[in-house]
Amino acid sequence: MHPAPSVIIFTTFSGLGFGLLAWLGLGLPTVTGWVACGFFALAYLLAVGGLAASAFHLGRPERALKAFTQWRTSWLSREAWVSVTTLIVMATYGAGLVFFGVRWSALGWIGALLCLGTVLTTAMIYGSLRAVPRWNMALTPVLFLVLSLAGGALLAGQRVAAIWLLALAGVVQILTWVRGDDALARSGTDMASATGLGDTGRVRAFEPPHTGPNYLLREFAYQVGRRHARRLRVIAILLMAALPIALLLLPLGHAVAAVAVLSHVVGVLVARWLFFAQAEHVVGLYYGKR
Amino acid sequence: MTQLPSRTDRKLGLVIDLDTCVGCHACVISCKGWNTENYGAPLSDQNPYGAEPSGTFLNRVHSYEVLPDHGAAQLVHFPKSCLHCEDAPCVTVCPTGASYKRVEDGIVLVNESDCIGCGLCAWACPYGAREMDAAEGVMKKCTLCVDRIYNENLPEIDRVPACVRTCPAGARHFGDLGDPDSAVSQLVERRGGIDLMPEQGTRPVNKYLPPRPRDRLEREVDGTALFLEPVADEPSGFFAWLDKALEKI
Amino acid sequence: MTHRQPPLDTSPPVSDEVRKTTCYMCACRCGIDAHMKDGKVAYIDGNRDHPINKGVLCAKGSAGIMQHNSPARLRAPLKRVGPRGSGEFVEITWDEALQIATDWLAPIREKNPEKLAFFTGRDQSQSFTGYWAQQFGTPNYAAHGGFCSVNMATAGIYTMGGSFWEFGSPDWDRTRLLMLFGVAEDHDSNPIKMGLAKLKERGARIIGVNPVRSGYNAVADEWVGITPGTDGLFILALVHELLRAGRIDLDYLSRWTNAPVLVNGDPKSPEYGLFLRNEDGRELVIDRNTGRPAPFDQPGVRPDLAATYRKAGISHRPVMHHLATRYLSPDYAPEAVAERCGIPAPRIRAIAAELARVAFDEAFTLEREWTDFRGETHKTMQGRPVSFHAMRGIGAHANGFQTCRALHVLQILLGSVEAPGGFRFKPPYPKPAEAHARPHSFATPGAPLDGPALGYPQGPEDLALYDDGSPARIDKAFTWENPLSAHGLMHMVISNAHAGDPYKINTLFMFMANMAWNSSMNTAGVIEMLTDTDVTGDYLIPRIIYSDAYYSEMVAYADLVLPDTTYLERFDCISLLDRPISEPDAAADAIRWPVVEPDRDVRGFQSVLCDLGARLGLPGFVNADGSAKYADYADYITNHERRPGIGPLAGWRLGNKGLSHGRGAPNAAQLDSYMNNGGFFATPVPPDAQYFKPWNNAYQDWAVELGLSDAPQPYLFQLYVEPLRRFQLAAEGHGDLQPPDHLRAQIRERLDPLPIWYDTLAEGQEGYPLHALTQRPMAMYHSWGGQNPWLRQIHGYNPLYLPTKLMREHDLRDGDWVHVTSPHARITVPVMEMAALNDTTIWTWNAIGKRKGAWALKDNAPEATRGFLLNHLIHELLPERGDGLRWANSDPVTGQAAWFDLRVRIEKAAPQGESQPVLPPVASPVGPGPDELAWKMGQ
Ligand SMILES: Nc1nc2c(c(=O)[nH]1)N[C@H]1C(S)=C(S)[C@@H](COP(=O)(O)OP(=O)(O)OC[C@H]3O[C@@H](n4cnc5c(=O)[nH]c(N)nc54)[C@H](O)[C@@H]3O)O[C@H]1N2
Ligand SMILES: Nc1nc2c(c(=O)[nH]1)N[C@H]1C(S)=C(S)[C@@H](COP(=O)(O)OP(=O)(O)OC[C@H]3O[C@@H](n4cnc5c(=O)[nH]c(N)nc54)[C@H](O)[C@@H]3O)O[C@H]1N2
Ligand code: SF4
Ligand code: SF4
Ligand code: SF4
Ligand code: SF4
Ligand code: SF4
Ligand SMILES: [Mo]
Repeated sequence: MHPAPSVIIFTTFSGLGFGLLAWLGLGLPTVTGWVACGFFALAYLLAVGGLAASAFHLGRPERALKAFTQWRTSWLSREAWVSVTTLIVMATYGAGLVFFGVRWSALGWIGALLCLGTVLTTAMIYGSLRAVPRWNMALTPVLFLVLSLAGGALLAGQRVAAIWLLALAGVVQILTWVRGDDALARSGTDMASATGLGDTGRVRAFEPPHTGPNYLLREFAYQVGRRHARRLRVIAILLMAALPIALLLLPLGHAVAAVAVLSHVVGVLVARWLFFAQAEHVVGLYYGKR
Repeated sequence: MTQLPSRTDRKLGLVIDLDTCVGCHACVISCKGWNTENYGAPLSDQNPYGAEPSGTFLNRVHSYEVLPDHGAAQLVHFPKSCLHCEDAPCVTVCPTGASYKRVEDGIVLVNESDCIGCGLCAWACPYGAREMDAAEGVMKKCTLCVDRIYNENLPEIDRVPACVRTCPAGARHFGDLGDPDSAVSQLVERRGGIDLMPEQGTRPVNKYLPPRPRDRLEREVDGTALFLEPVADEPSGFFAWLDKALEKI
Repeated sequence: MTHRQPPLDTSPPVSDEVRKTTCYMCACRCGIDAHMKDGKVAYIDGNRDHPINKGVLCAKGSAGIMQHNSPARLRAPLKRVGPRGSGEFVEITWDEALQIATDWLAPIREKNPEKLAFFTGRDQSQSFTGYWAQQFGTPNYAAHGGFCSVNMATAGIYTMGGSFWEFGSPDWDRTRLLMLFGVAEDHDSNPIKMGLAKLKERGARIIGVNPVRSGYNAVADEWVGITPGTDGLFILALVHELLRAGRIDLDYLSRWTNAPVLVNGDPKSPEYGLFLRNEDGRELVIDRNTGRPAPFDQPGVRPDLAATYRKAGISHRPVMHHLATRYLSPDYAPEAVAERCGIPAPRIRAIAAELARVAFDEAFTLEREWTDFRGETHKTMQGRPVSFHAMRGIGAHANGFQTCRALHVLQILLGSVEAPGGFRFKPPYPKPAEAHARPHSFATPGAPLDGPALGYPQGPEDLALYDDGSPARIDKAFTWENPLSAHGLMHMVISNAHAGDPYKINTLFMFMANMAWNSSMNTAGVIEMLTDTDVTGDYLIPRIIYSDAYYSEMVAYADLVLPDTTYLERFDCISLLDRPISEPDAAADAIRWPVVEPDRDVRGFQSVLCDLGARLGLPGFVNADGSAKYADYADYITNHERRPGIGPLAGWRLGNKGLSHGRGAPNAAQLDSYMNNGGFFATPVPPDAQYFKPWNNAYQDWAVELGLSDAPQPYLFQLYVEPLRRFQLAAEGHGDLQPPDHLRAQIRERLDPLPIWYDTLAEGQEGYPLHALTQRPMAMYHSWGGQNPWLRQIHGYNPLYLPTKLMREHDLRDGDWVHVTSPHARITVPVMEMAALNDTTIWTWNAIGKRKGAWALKDNAPEATRGFLLNHLIHELLPERGDGLRWANSDPVTGQAAWFDLRVRIEKAAPQGESQPVLPPVASPVGPGPDELAWKMGQ
């Protein structure tokens, strides 16, 4: 799939933002006043900024409100609802902390759950697509959730939780890659099933329908070199999990924490780039791209 | 809207004959012409006179080579447009309800004024049957020429999709695949029509008729010992035969 | 679950009006419905009532709207201001343009009319342009047929009075086996596809003979991946098998062909190898009723295929003897040819067996009574459901004439030509060679030519040679080098004019042929010739006038450009005098008409010729008082009479008792009748006249009545072509007209009256093991389709396709680059693998490559950067043989350009930025097109 910056930014930063909000909802750390204001500002910047970035992906952003209508079947529509609800709930909760210095913990708990719900709906936008076998696995929402929680923990200064969650995220990420690498093969979709011509012999794509490029090729036929991908995976794991864990194990200073956060974010961005770039859409089979 | 109707009255669709399609792209361009002028926004073209010209098409013709274990490689032309799936994932993912499947005939359509151009439906379609129009920012797809097939401004005989009407090789058939007695259903039955990517669970309405077996002549002729027998071993034998044959004329 | 759906208007208005005219995105001439909105063309689809396409339309046809609106359209007459080839022009008025043309042409006509060379492309108005040339008085007229399909056309006409495409087609409704030779697309684009569909529906078998298995060959049940240039051998092996088994139609041969005609067998006689004739010149056969010689067409005669006849000590054997003796030879056995053809012997034998099985075991009869030219009435029509179709794959070789002949002979031996289920002619065909004009080649200053320049020679006396033996025509058509060059040799015109060989010309006037690009061999060389100057700095070809509708590569080389309209803006006439739209069951002709008026200062070229003809005072274009005879082409179409009562259009003429078809006086409302009838006229061939047309009295009478001919002209199919023998006799030393010595052997060997096969591998081509071919893409038309944004997305560049074996041998992957070297030149291009391809063949799509600056494309268009022309590798001359002579890369019989004889070798090359060679860009008087298209007419 084409690794569009808008979707990479959207999923990465909204995941971080909602992860942070979830921790804040749990009262970890329990902050009030200006400090709370800072935390919430950061969380909203990430969450709302991420969501806003996704609008760049739209052909007709001015009609975005219509996306709320189809929550019965569409994960994107559900995400719209859950994210907005979350943002409202957490705003109320945050107002209590910032302006009134009170923590409505029940609201916080609900908000935290909604945050995870938002991340889940985001993940399911991808995870539900059968046409992209690498995404169409239970591991996809797990990965998104763990990453969101780990990043949130990191931002929320939850050192121990962050260490464990980052470790878990690293493991889930590796599992996702391993399982993802043969997901297309396991899906049963191949040139033979795509064309129905398999009974006669081996099928190979000959001329494409157009020598000119097209939307489908731009959107779905992205290919990353295998060596390149391997290198990026190592970088992603190092930056996303290993380095932050190592830094967290050092005596903590703000600078070190900032580096850990930065490293994690860059790591997730790289992993997210790979998430899209390496995802094989089955339509690529029609173009002999798999 | 986004939910699929629990059932449709009819299942209109196309049957594409891979045995006959010569790969002429006539269907591609007639589709482009009709749909530029009709349903929704025109199908635009970016960079039409420059490097990498790229426009919106609702129907494209691929070609594949099939390499049997024995014998010569074969070439198959392969037109592909929306298959109007019964379990259309492109419809259920749509957040706005712009994508929908019609109750009366099962046609899957995009209501362009509701489309936000999120592209998700194209992601969900395993067949590459949807293309985002770069000028209009909305999703485009085969409409099964819904503005032709019922159009009272067209003579009845022309109330078929543009691509079907134009196909010079008669490789495209249109009809109700929900009715087992329809001509298209019968054709599918007779020729062993198949679904593309059945494992994707989309239950496509459009069917493909596989190419008939190729390059069998020697086997047939050999099997029935039909190789030509000489009239005589020597060339002069032909003249002897000629004389006899001529007497009979 | 709830389901809701928006309201939808399923009956929107389609158009304000439908205007029915004829497509011209290619030469197939389908009927189109132009759907109009707000006075503009909004959408084009096929005319259901039209005899050619019956409603279907190809990709090009549907894309016509983009061509019609192309930014590459010329806008006004252009006068060159920069050097030739620079593309620098100023726009001028029509008055000025016509004045310039008149000033240039009038003095030529006064002194030496042959110094005007007037050559046209695929314009479909050759009966008109030829007439204009004849009135001007120059013999130097032809269209593009010499580089296109003259082998097929002449082989067909000399053998059986017509060939494929416009001449005839398989009996799609009845045939049970179709063999296709060397066809990628052909002119008969839609009819072939519709026909294949019919065959498929019936489960009839299709055999495709082609080195490349794409398109029609991909849907064929059997693919014969023949080695290029060897079809003749393969066909004659089939003939061998059929003869050996006696599976030929002897009755048919004895009645309808010259198989029983007696041939002089005296090697010393000046008549050796010619037919025995009576005093009236009628060929003689032995009548089986009497055992005596009789003219073939005498009522009641039953020609004997076997009998020999001695007269004055000379024994005469019938053609059948010669034919059987030759092809029964083991040289033609499948085993003997298999390796050369790249087809296993069992496969050849299986195909022969299948041909015989279907022709004879699946034979059927039609219950239709008919009477033949000998007066015999037949209760039924004997069907032979085997048919053939072939085109340039067998034609565009230097052995193409004889190969096409071989194929026609094979059809005839099976008795399937004009038989139900076989191959059928389309009116005005059948028409044997003798019924065509002979060439008229000698100009008289200030006067018209004494007849049409082009024709069908019957012997050396028809050659276009001056008394000193030098060629009378600039293209050297009708010379000993290529005596039967019935379509001229357009591909030699620029080369010869540049060389002043056989003489210098003054003005080259061309219409609708991109000769500076894809229709020339040796493209870069031709461009040099067009711009080459003498010591004084004058161009070697002094003046070039050109008419095009678009900014093609050729426009840049003209001194004066006459901009044509698009096909939706003018009158055209697709005439029975020329190349009509008839089908086997109907005579039909058609028009184009201005469904919209041009929005630029352009004029239909034929109208311009009418005007120019009048300004030059050409007889035929002026009235007695010197005033212009025709206001425009529409006026000409309506009022011109070629023979009394016979005009360009056959429909709705004025007979004695009101409207009549075929013959009749001009009718001022004729064009309106055509427009009201969908742009065409069709009249059915009566059922009893639909088959066996050359010998069928009902057909012959019907043809006379319609004006296709003036008298019945029954004839025999020519298995043995006597005119060829006349040239051979001259080469053997008989007669006054003698070929130059260096051509004697060639004529003796190649102009064999019975089909032969010879290898076309010329000396100097050793070391070039691969065959390099082009194919027509179905969705693109030569160079002019490339300006079409819908089509150029499909074919924006053309990879060189290599068989898997070569890809492996040269360690190549898709997208890698290779040097392709011929004895003449080298190109460097990207490759792509194809498995379904003959192992010794590489190929690419034809005419996709474009010159930078042309066609309103941007300089970085893929057509100009990755696309390429194979033409750079093909020379109009063969590699030198050390004898100091120029040997043309043409068929020695017809002069057909041997495009497909190209031999090359390949080597892997480093990745390139652009395909090589890259020619410098030309400036554009029209500029590039817009950056986005998204329009609807009806908004
Ligand atoms: N769409 C489209 N239609 C066209 C045209 C076009 O440009 N585009 N051009 C028109 C014109 S001008 C013409 S002349 C016709 C030509 O119509 P075709 O004759 O069909 O055209 P080509 O593409 O030249 O086809 C040559 C075919 O012969 C095969 N071939 C080459 N050498 C050999 C050989 O030695 N033996 C055999 N058996 N096959 C061989 C090639 O692989 C190819 O398939 O098409 C007309 N129709
Ligand atoms: N390598 C290779 N070369 C080949 C062949 C091959 O098989 N292989 N085939 C050969 C054959 S058979 C042919 S026929 C030639 C074809 O080659 P060309 O005859 O050169 O064909 P086009 O490229 O179509 O060019 C025709 C010109 O007509 C112009 N034109 C189009 N419409 C109109 C109009 O309405 N009015 C006027 N006045 N002009 C118009 C176009 O703009 C274009 O410049 O190519 C030959 N060249
Ligand atoms: S083919 Fe694709 S776009 Fe069409 S209905 Fe099926 S999933 Fe949807
Ligand atoms: S692109 Fe349009 S039709 Fe497709 S899912 Fe998005 S809103 Fe729905
Ligand atoms: S049915 Fe209509 S919209 Fe669909 S591919 Fe055919 S022409 Fe295009
Ligand atoms: S129009 Fe018919 S033959 Fe041509 S590509 Fe389309 S389906 Fe195939
Ligand atoms: S074959 Fe196509 S381009 Fe040629 S006349 Fe017919 S519709 Fe037009
Ligand atoms: Mo041609």
